[in-house]
Amino acid sequence: MSFKPVILWTDALVYLLVAAVILFAWYVWRNEHLWAPWRRVGHSASGMAALTVLVFFVIIGLLDTVHLRPAVENDSGGETVYSVEVLSLFDVIATPLRTQVEKTYSAPFAAHLYARETIEHPGGGQTREFPRLKFGAAHLQNPEAQLATDIAWRAAAGGGLGLFFWCLIVASLTLLLAHRSGEAFLSMLSTIRRGATAIPWNAVCVTLALILVLCGAALTLCGSYHILGTDKVGQDVFYQSLKSIRTGLVIGTLTTLMMLPFALLLGITAGYFRGWVDDVIQYLYTTLSSIPGVLLIAAAVLMTQVYMETHPELFDTVASRADLRLLFLCIILGVTSWTGLCRLLRGETLKLREMEYIQAAHAFGVSHWRILSRHILPNVMHIVLITTVMDFSGLVLAEAVLSYVGVGVDPSTISFGTMINAARLEMARDPMVWWSLLAAFSFMFALVLSANLFADAVQNAFDPRVKTLSARVRALRRKRREEPEAKSSPTRTESSLPS
Amino acid sequence: MNAVLQINDLETILYTEAAPVRAVDGLTLQIMRGETFALLGESGCGKSMTALSVMRLLPDSGEILGGSVRLGGEDLLLLPEAAMRGIRGKRVSMIFQEPMLSLNPVMTVADQIGEVLQRHFNLRGAVAQKRIQEILDQVGIPDPARRMNEYPFQFSGGMKQRMMIAMALAGEPELLIADEPTTALDVTIQAQVLDLMRNLQQRDGMAILFITHDLGVAAEIAHRVGIMYAGEIVETATRDAFFRGPAHPYSRKLLASLPGRDKRRQGLRLAAISGNVPPLSHEFAGCRFADRCDHAWELCHEVAPGWTALAGEQQVRCHLFNQNWGSRVREQQFKDERLESADQNSGEPDKSDTGPELMNHESGVADSCLLSVTDLKVYFPIHKGFMKHVVGYVKAVDGVSLEICQGKTLALVGESGCGKTTVGKGILQLIPPTGGSVRYGGLELVGLERNRLRKLRGELQLIFQDPYSSLNPRMRIVDIIEEGMNALNIEEDSKAGHAERASGTNRNKVDKLLESVGLSPETKWRYPHEFSGGQRQRIAIARALAVNPKLIVCDEPTSALDVSVQAQILNLLKELQNNLGLAYLFITHNISVVEYIADEVAVMYLGRIVERGSVDEVLTSPRHPYTQALLSAVPVIEPESKRQVIHLHGDMPSPSNPPPGCHFHPRCPHVMPVCREVYPATSTFSSSHTARCYLYPQEQG
Repeated sequence: MSFKPVILWTDALVYLLVAAVILFAWYVWRNEHLWAPWRRVGHSASGMAALTVLVFFVIIGLLDTVHLRPAVENDSGGETVYSVEVLSLFDVIATPLRTQVEKTYSAPFAAHLYARETIEHPGGGQTREFPRLKFGAAHLQNPEAQLATDIAWRAAAGGGLGLFFWCLIVASLTLLLAHRSGEAFLSMLSTIRRGATAIPWNAVCVTLALILVLCGAALTLCGSYHILGTDKVGQDVFYQSLKSIRTGLVIGTLTTLMMLPFALLLGITAGYFRGWVDDVIQYLYTTLSSIPGVLLIAAAVLMTQVYMETHPELFDTVASRADLRLLFLCIILGVTSWTGLCRLLRGETLKLREMEYIQAAHAFGVSHWRILSRHILPNVMHIVLITTVMDFSGLVLAEAVLSYVGVGVDPSTISFGTMINAARLEMARDPMVWWSLLAAFSFMFALVLSANLFADAVQNAFDPRVKTLSARVRALRRKRREEPEAKSSPTRTESSLPS
Repeated sequence: MNAVLQINDLETILYTEAAPVRAVDGLTLQIMRGETFALLGESGCGKSMTALSVMRLLPDSGEILGGSVRLGGEDLLLLPEAAMRGIRGKRVSMIFQEPMLSLNPVMTVADQIGEVLQRHFNLRGAVAQKRIQEILDQVGIPDPARRMNEYPFQFSGGMKQRMMIAMALAGEPELLIADEPTTALDVTIQAQVLDLMRNLQQRDGMAILFITHDLGVAAEIAHRVGIMYAGEIVETATRDAFFRGPAHPYSRKLLASLPGRDKRRQGLRLAAISGNVPPLSHEFAGCRFADRCDHAWELCHEVAPGWTALAGEQQVRCHLFNQNWGSRVREQQFKDERLESADQNSGEPDKSDTGPELMNHESGVADSCLLSVTDLKVYFPIHKGFMKHVVGYVKAVDGVSLEICQGKTLALVGESGCGKTTVGKGILQLIPPTGGSVRYGGLELVGLERNRLRKLRGELQLIFQDPYSSLNPRMRIVDIIEEGMNALNIEEDSKAGHAERASGTNRNKVDKLLESVGLSPETKWRYPHEFSGGQRQRIAIARALAVNPKLIVCDEPTSALDVSVQAQILNLLKELQNNLGLAYLFITHNISVVEYIADEVAVMYLGRIVERGSVDEVLTSPRHPYTQALLSAVPVIEPESKRQVIHLHGDMPSPSNPPPGCHFHPRCPHVMPVCREVYPATSTFSSSHTARCYLYPQEQG
């Protein structure tokens, strides 16, 4: 075998999470009343566009989660030896990006390094000049003259390829929809274009077009250029940005997974049992939320760091060590951030426990545990869902801040925080190195913005108090307005009251 | 033309997710000066939407499509919004259903009324203060100079509704729209408010558009009546003409579905209207009531009926009365059918129709009783201060004794806040009683351990007031019904044989239960939100029946329902009692329901029972002044019955600080010095009829 699969701790939890999400989706799909709000999410144009972007991020994150150790070429004997370096599926796919390491900084699309070097000419004498990059634009004979046209040509080709795939996807989608509704292909296409479908496919298609064109261009370009430049040790920033996605997603989702048991169990029991249970739990979360979170996190992270450094024998690879630290960060973030949700759930449970169906259950002698699990838990799930989706973006940002402060993920883990941290010193130098920060910023911005937009759509669909008119209703209303007034004034001879 | 309000062909549409709903569809009405027009109808008929359309205060999703609303000749629908603001509160005012929600809790009453005066009359300072005092005085607020600077929470419910009326009157409107203004109030308070509105109208001569679902209230206050059904008015008439002879089949059914003593005497089932109000989202081809109408024929499904004028001002939208279609013949047939069906119904065996003598005999023997409650007390401690020490008690139930026999119905009557519901929950041990004893079949329930109590849970069940909050929205009907069976391990099903076990049996039983409450077994796979209020209440009843109870505490099971649905539920409860021999503790504030369903009545006031006896004794010859006042305040439909309403002043005192002596003395018209000192002992009038009042000879000991 040429590789050995490795399952790190966070991988296992991510797999668990994916399984849970799939199971949950299946369960929701089977139950009409649970499915209905999700369908409302599907009717929101911004929500669906955001979801398209999120799906793209999630695919990269999942590819980056499948870890393996490749076999090393070995002459010495029959048994295969595996490399100490743990790679992910994404790393394997992006091997050129990963291995094309320059000497130091280079600007996006540059053919030369960003720093002057003394070069000895074979004929004697030295000059200080910007040396050519080893990989970036290496195929060009005369970069000054050819660079712009080459980039434009490749970008156009990549964009065209992206557009071609997009056309394929849209065509198959239209075919599917047309088949389902029994309409002709062309009429279905125009329906989608006008946005008259229940799910705003036009918004999805536009977003998809943007993503695919960008992806196509980036893919064709990144083989021969460093499209977002390189960092201090010459690593490709584009590769780093893509790797950071997984870290962000893991922090955002696993932390939620860690905090849910605390928040659910404590919140619901406090609200349901009242009395001393409530008092204890309330004191607990009041105390916890009055300690500065960063302080607690810093203390815990430093403690685990010291422990790991004194016990190097526990980890067979660097990756597993970094991974465990990531997991600990999730746990610590989870432990410090459950109070908000807990407070919400306690309040909701206080309201629910007075509901008549709970009293009816009491009158049947149903046990407390069953009341909690069958009556209260399903009725607070919408709050849990809204909160977790809303918290996700906050946690991604929190990771960036913590890594910047130095108590975040392991320095060997690529994350938005470590990228920003590495880039911050270079902001002060002249000429300025701006691309690391910009790359981290724009990727994080896209991720957080789409997560927030999606969270908004979820909240609108699930929160019964938010009763905004959906876009479709507004469209209907507009349509009716445009109809000639003559039609709306009825013939009033027969129906009116003779006075 | 002296019509204050003339609505022509008003069409209002509500945009919803699924399809636009035609909430008001071609409504035409006019209201004269000094006239009260009552718009009657069940929930979801578009009554409130009509009112909001007139005020142009529709929600965002609503839109007026056509028609005109003329206020004294001026079309309100054509005015710009800025001009409309000058009309709202000045020429047209509105009173809403919930006084608690319509007043701003952080503004004093004077400030809230002052806003109107400042906006429309530009009154400020001392002049405004004087005017506010005047207005408050008009609506009967005692000591207005002091109370005008108080906040809404310092007023009781009835007072708050007076405040709302005062605010509405501040602009001296030509038209007052009252949207169910008394629905949230108790009958005694309702009588006060109706009286106030009548007096104010007589003095100022304004027109009132009175929206209500209560036929009795409409009969009390209206000059003319319009029956609304599915977005349109189906009948208009003067009050007397309408209540003497309603024409439209829907109106007839509505009146026939009112419970009452006469119907019980005759052993009649209540005339329930089958089905529900049709969804207003689709277009109607024929008459909107055709699907639920007993007299519908082909024409009704094809052509929408126009207006037909009957005698006087009465007009009806029904093919039965159209001259062209040979209406007289039809009507005759219609009447015959009605009589026939009445005969059929009375022919049914009616077990509960036992004479009063038999009942007296039974209740005299305490041992034969299923449930006997003696001196039940439920106090809620009031905590105060940092250490939460107890500073007092809310005596919600303060020494209640009652007995319920097998297969009988005891009605517990009283105004809101008197502790009726707490009695019910105290009996079921859902709230631990503070003192007294509850004996069920000889077994003391108070202080019973949780496990032993659980075995008895099946025998005592509960039906709630609000069918929307009593079913878990996340559970299917089958799970809801099976929950009790599983929790109590109802395996030994004595009626269905002994062999069956496990869930297969349960499933069969669920089907049977659903059939017994009039739902098809297929409905068990659905979720509660797919059902209407009446159907939900049926499901709640099925859930209670699932564990084979002997006694069901019905906590206002029909007060959240429309009259026609109420009739369905009352019929069902009565049928179940006849078939299964259930005993009911029927908690209600609706006297006509009591008359129809109860065998015995206990009247409660401030945590204590002031009078009890058989239904005939208490309702025909009430002894306690509170019972007398309560009964006199109930609005009645018969225009002939000239009754004297006994007005009670003020509201029920707080149960945390009951008045010394007889609790009722501050409001009692017959108060004597002795009433202020000691709570009266029992006075007995017959073996079953007792009251606690000093007006009657006291029992010793």
